[in-house]
Formats: sequence, C-alpha cells, structure tokens
Amino acid sequence: MLRAIIARLKQGHRTMAYPKEPVHLPERFRGYPEFTPGAERAGGDACAAACPHGAISCDGGIVLDMGRCLFCPECTAGEFVRFTTDHRLAATRREQLVVRPGGERHLAHPLEPGLRSLIGRSLKFREVSAGGCNACEADTNVLSTIGWDLGRFGIQFVASPRHADGLWVTGPVTENMREALLMTWEAIPGPKIVVACGACAIGGGPFAGSPEAHDGVDGILPVDLYIPGCPPHPAAILDGLLRLIGRIEGE
Amino acid sequence: MTVPFRTFPNGAAVPFGEVPRLEATAFLQAIIDATDRGWRVSSYFGIPTESGATLCCVLSSAADGVIGVATADAVGAFPSIARLVPQVQLFEREIAEQCGIPAEGHPWFKPVRFHRSFVPGRDAWGRAPDDPILPGVMEFYRVEGEEVHEVAVGPVHAGIIEPGHFRFQCHGEEVFHLEISLGYQHRGVERGLAGGPDPRTPFRMETIAGDTTIGHMQAYCMVMEALAGVQVPTRAEALRGIALELERLANHTGDLGAIAGDVGYLPTSSFCGRIRGDFLTMTAVLCGSRFGRGLLRPGGVLFDLGEAERDDLLARLAAARTDLENAVELLWSTPSVMSRLENTGTVSADTARDLGLVGPAARACGLDRDVRRDHPFGIYRTAPVPLVTAHHGDVCARTTVRWQEAVKSLDFIHDQLRYLPEGGCRGEAGNLQGNRVAVALTEGWRGEICHVAITDHAGRFLRYKVTDPSFHNWQGLAMALRGEQISDFPLCNKSFNLSYCGFDL
Repeated sequence: MLRAIIARLKQGHRTMAYPKEPVHLPERFRGYPEFTPGAERAGGDACAAACPHGAISCDGGIVLDMGRCLFCPECTAGEFVRFTTDHRLAATRREQLVVRPGGERHLAHPLEPGLRSLIGRSLKFREVSAGGCNACEADTNVLSTIGWDLGRFGIQFVASPRHADGLWVTGPVTENMREALLMTWEAIPGPKIVVACGACAIGGGPFAGSPEAHDGVDGILPVDLYIPGCPPHPAAILDGLLRLIGRIEGE
Repeated sequence: MTVPFRTFPNGAAVPFGEVPRLEATAFLQAIIDATDRGWRVSSYFGIPTESGATLCCVLSSAADGVIGVATADAVGAFPSIARLVPQVQLFEREIAEQCGIPAEGHPWFKPVRFHRSFVPGRDAWGRAPDDPILPGVMEFYRVEGEEVHEVAVGPVHAGIIEPGHFRFQCHGEEVFHLEISLGYQHRGVERGLAGGPDPRTPFRMETIAGDTTIGHMQAYCMVMEALAGVQVPTRAEALRGIALELERLANHTGDLGAIAGDVGYLPTSSFCGRIRGDFLTMTAVLCGSRFGRGLLRPGGVLFDLGEAERDDLLARLAAARTDLENAVELLWSTPSVMSRLENTGTVSADTARDLGLVGPAARACGLDRDVRRDHPFGIYRTAPVPLVTAHHGDVCARTTVRWQEAVKSLDFIHDQLRYLPEGGCRGEAGNLQGNRVAVALTEGWRGEICHVAITDHAGRFLRYKVTDPSFHNWQGLAMALRGEQISDFPLCNKSFNLSYCGFDL
C-alpha cells in the first residue's frame, strides 16, 4: 500500500485542463485543412489526382470533404491544401464537413434544448465497432484514461445499450456487423443519438466501395455528430462531444 | 537438410516459375516433414483456378534463417493434414472458404469469416448462391450432461473493443472448452487487393489492424521494395525501427495496464493507460499521427527527423521510461496481483509449438522465436534486439515477457535516436516486376506478420496474402481457458490481446 502511495505521488496529477486551456498537439499533427492561395484556380483533373479517396473535388470550385479525407501527408505535397494543427473538426451535419476556400467554418452545434437538458450533464454511450481497425476504438478509449478524464464532463461509455443515451459507431459497418449494430440501436431507449467516429463510420474510409461493407453508418441510422479523422485525435473527439453538450460554444 | 521448396531470405522476391509445383501428395508430405523438423507454416493459401485452386505454402526455418515456398494444384477439393499438423487447421478452412473447395477429412470443418468464395457460385459447404451467410451461425462444440451449461458472449462486448463471439462449455465455473467465432470485422481486404497496387493500397495496409499500422506497413513496404528492386536508405530503416518499437511500447504498456485492471489493481492500470498515450504521442512527433499513419511508404519514410524533434523524443522517452518502471514495479511487489497472474491460463510449450503460436504468447511458453532475430529485416540486421522468453506459459509469463520486451525497446529506441545514420529517407521506387513471388516477415508487437505477393506478367497482384499474428494465436487463447474458471476469461483474453480485424481481414 505504501509503495502504491509513493508511486501515486511520483506519477502526479496528470489530467489536462482542456477546455479551460488549449490542448498541445505535435507540430506535424494534421488538423483542419487550409487551401493555399490560388487553389481555386486548380483544374478538375489535378484535383481528382490529388486524392485517392475522392476527398478533393472541383465541381464548381475546389472543395475538400473532411468526411472522406484520411488526413494523410501525401496531399500536402499536392499544391492545394495544407493541414493546420486545429483539432476542431467535428460537425453536426454531413455537408458541413465539406470545406471551401474562404467558406464558412462549421463547428458542431449543441443538441436541441429539450434533449440537452435531458442528457447534457449525464451522457452515456454504447460503442459498436462495426469493422473498425481498432484505432478509432483505441483513441476513444483514451478519453477515459486519467490524462483526459472524460468522466468529469458527465460523459461515459457503458456496457449495456439499455443504460445508454446514444450509439457510438466506428468502422464502415461491415455486412457481418450490420444486424448486431441495428439490434444494439434498437436496445437503446429513446430519445437517443448516434455519433459516427472516424472516416470509416462517416463514409467507409479506406474501405469505401468494398462489397463486404456499407460505406459508413449514414443511410443506416440517423447521425447526430460526425467526427472526421483516420483515426480522429482524442482532442477532436472531445471537442465534438463538448460542443454537443454545450460545454464549448463558438470559436 | 534438403527441402523440396524454393528457399530465399526474408524480404526477397524470386521468379514464380522457380517455385516447385509439386504433386499434391508430395506437397502435403513435404509440409508434414518440414514441420516435423522445426519449420513453421508462416502462410498457406490458395489461388483460385477454374477447377479448384493452386495451393501455396510459405514455410520458415528459424534455424536456417530462410523462407521456403512450394505449390501444388488441387482439383475440386484438397486433403486436410490438420490432424498431423495442427498449425494448418485454420489455414485449410480459410483456403476452403476463399477458393470454394472443401478440405477433405478436416476434423472440424466450418467457415472462418462468413463470406462468399472468391469464385462466384462455388462454395465449400455447398450453400446455394442465394442462401444468406450469417456470421456465427454454425455448429459449435457441445458438451452435454447434468450440471453442464453453455455461456455465449458477443459479438458486442461490454467494453470499447472489437466484435467476436465466444462459446464456453462449462461445468459449474470450470471451462471445459471455449470456442471462438470471428468474421464480424470482415471488410474484404484480400479480395480488394487483387489487381493492385493502386493509390489506395497503402491506406488499406495501414488499417489491416490499426494498432499494428507500422508492423503491417513494414511488411508491405518490404514486399514492394523486393518486387521493385529498391534500396532503402539506412536512415529510413532506422526511423522505421524506431516507429515499430514505439508501436510495441505503446501496446505492451496498454496491455500491462489492462492486465492490472482485470485483476482489480487500479494504480498500474491508471498509470499505464496514460503512459501508453505518451508513446502514441511520440509516434505523432515523428509523423503527425499517433498510429504512424503516413510514415512508411515503399522506398523509405515520408518524414525525416530533425535535431529538435530528436531531442524532444529523447526527453519524452526518458520521462516515459521513469513513469513506466515506477508503474509496473508495483505489480511485481504486490502479492495479491502476483497470485492472480501465476498459474492462470497456462499453455504448455508443446501445445504452443503444435498450434504454431507466435510473438509474446509463444515466447511466454519458452519458444524462442522472434522474426527480428530469426529472419532479421531492416535495421535489425545491424542492430539486434535481445530476445526475451519466459517458461510457465501462464498470464504471469505473458505479462513478464511484455514488460521485458518493453525495456529492450526503450533501449533500442534510445540508441537509434542517439546514433541515427546520416543520409536520405527515401529511395526511388521502380516498376514492380512481373511473375514474381515476394515474401516479407516482420515482428509486430503481437508476433510474426507475413505478407506474400504474387504478381502477374504485368506486375499486378495476382494474389496478395496477409497473415496477422492473431491468425496463429486465437486458438492459443482457447487452449489457455481449458480447465480454468470462466471468470478468468477477461484476464486470459487481455494477456493475449489479439486482433479481430487483423484476423477478419
């Protein structure tokens, strides 16, 4: 026991102050994309070639769809986009993940007032990994460690869907997990919400178009929060969640 | 010893025409003989043909440091040798499922991932093309009798983990047998790789098993480099080694914490959960991604390490080492923890050898196999990492091995950062050679990873085969549960910590 207490003193208090203080991310972290000056003049062929996932397109001006983007370093070698270290990526509606040069910045909205007052201080999720590679799952788990301590915001991941207010989906929704996902959704009492965590859950990610998977949870269940990334950084996940429950608002 | 295989070193490509095409009986006999003499089956798969499949077996010999490949044609069906060579039992079921031909005489013949075969209309179990194939719907082992009961768990489990289905045949608390049914994460990885590579291929490789991004990418890069004849700069090899050991550290640290958590010892569990994040952040310092996404590409690495980042990493590494030593030391000095770890979930060395276990799970049983030593690749050719083994084969042994490996990785990264070779980070990649077979073995944190590429005349993938260490090890977990209490399952499971998606592909 004494050893444990000494160890506790040595390890110290490690919970971060976020959102009161900013979160520190490595310089090479790839967050919210920024278009380089002159990107608007890019031609359609060059845009299509810039991204193997179809995240960049040029129909009526260059756009980057964060829902399809894997935030990979290769396209920074392209001439149109560079990634900032801004971790605020989550959005409420699918189309708000599409970024345009000089376009409006969309951050996730809080839940509508009735729902927010019901679950804003005690939000419980049941997670379903539906073909996830375990990276989204791992970085969701990280939020429950002492460094992030998600519990201090009243948000928790629970074992039973009966105890949950929402469904947390990772992975492109494989055909073999579709039924289990729907049964878990059914088992959650209403009113309930759905979070699509990661590129796979939003649009299939690297597995988009695979005949064994469904290109994400959109079209299968109604989604209330989209968190882009492959996988999303825990800071991006936390930012989205805190905006959802109204703990962070505005820029 | 002469073997009827084409042998070559790890990370090499040879003309596919030089691979012996044996008569089926001689081919199977050769596998039986080789495994009798200590060779391992690293991969065994089929390339579908009109009448059946071309069977292709990739064996490895730790004693000789070589890989051997042979093929044989199977028409309509192929004979099972699982009764004689238990380590191929799952490979045979996989061949049957993918190529649509049955493994005759297989002792427990059923699907692996619950999908249709690569050949439309052909099915090893004679299911009609419009019959639905539902995951986990199959015959399970059954034990019957008074006071015998069955416990079924999953696919959705209590925590944030991947899906799988587990059936325990119990007598009271005692588990007679555990059967594991997977396939829920099946995303069609191998089928999708045929005809490649294409610009999306590296991203699928990085997400075969997200927590093993570097391990699988290292294998993919080696295959591509062998096929294209690329020389990787030494500095890039060192950076890849650093990333691979950081991946091992992050996961071993997470597992040490999770094992502590499962015996209800919260201090180590809490500390390790955070320290694991420190190692992930170090990988993000290297390349911006906590899982090493975008770091490795054929020919080298995409990010070089500057002086400032190197010093930053050295400081972070020293701090994490102090914290980790402090956190893990608590386990060994807490008798109540040790009594829960010792003699729980024991796998004998013989069982481990028969099943072909790899990685820490094998080394905990006393099997001294490690690709970094037996088939050295990349930086490990010049900077070996000492091999760690234990002998009891129980949860305690698997925990000890993880801790000691973590220490070796810390030393290795420190040395590599201090003496990083000068030079460039990426060699020029040429076109892939056609009609070749390339094999790469790497030691991921779970154990041996095997990638095999066979190219057609145009240099496209005729077949790309991935074997995650979990494919060898899931059966080990089932054996660890025999005669244990069902309440020890979470602990045993954590001490193996196997990949679902890496298995399901």
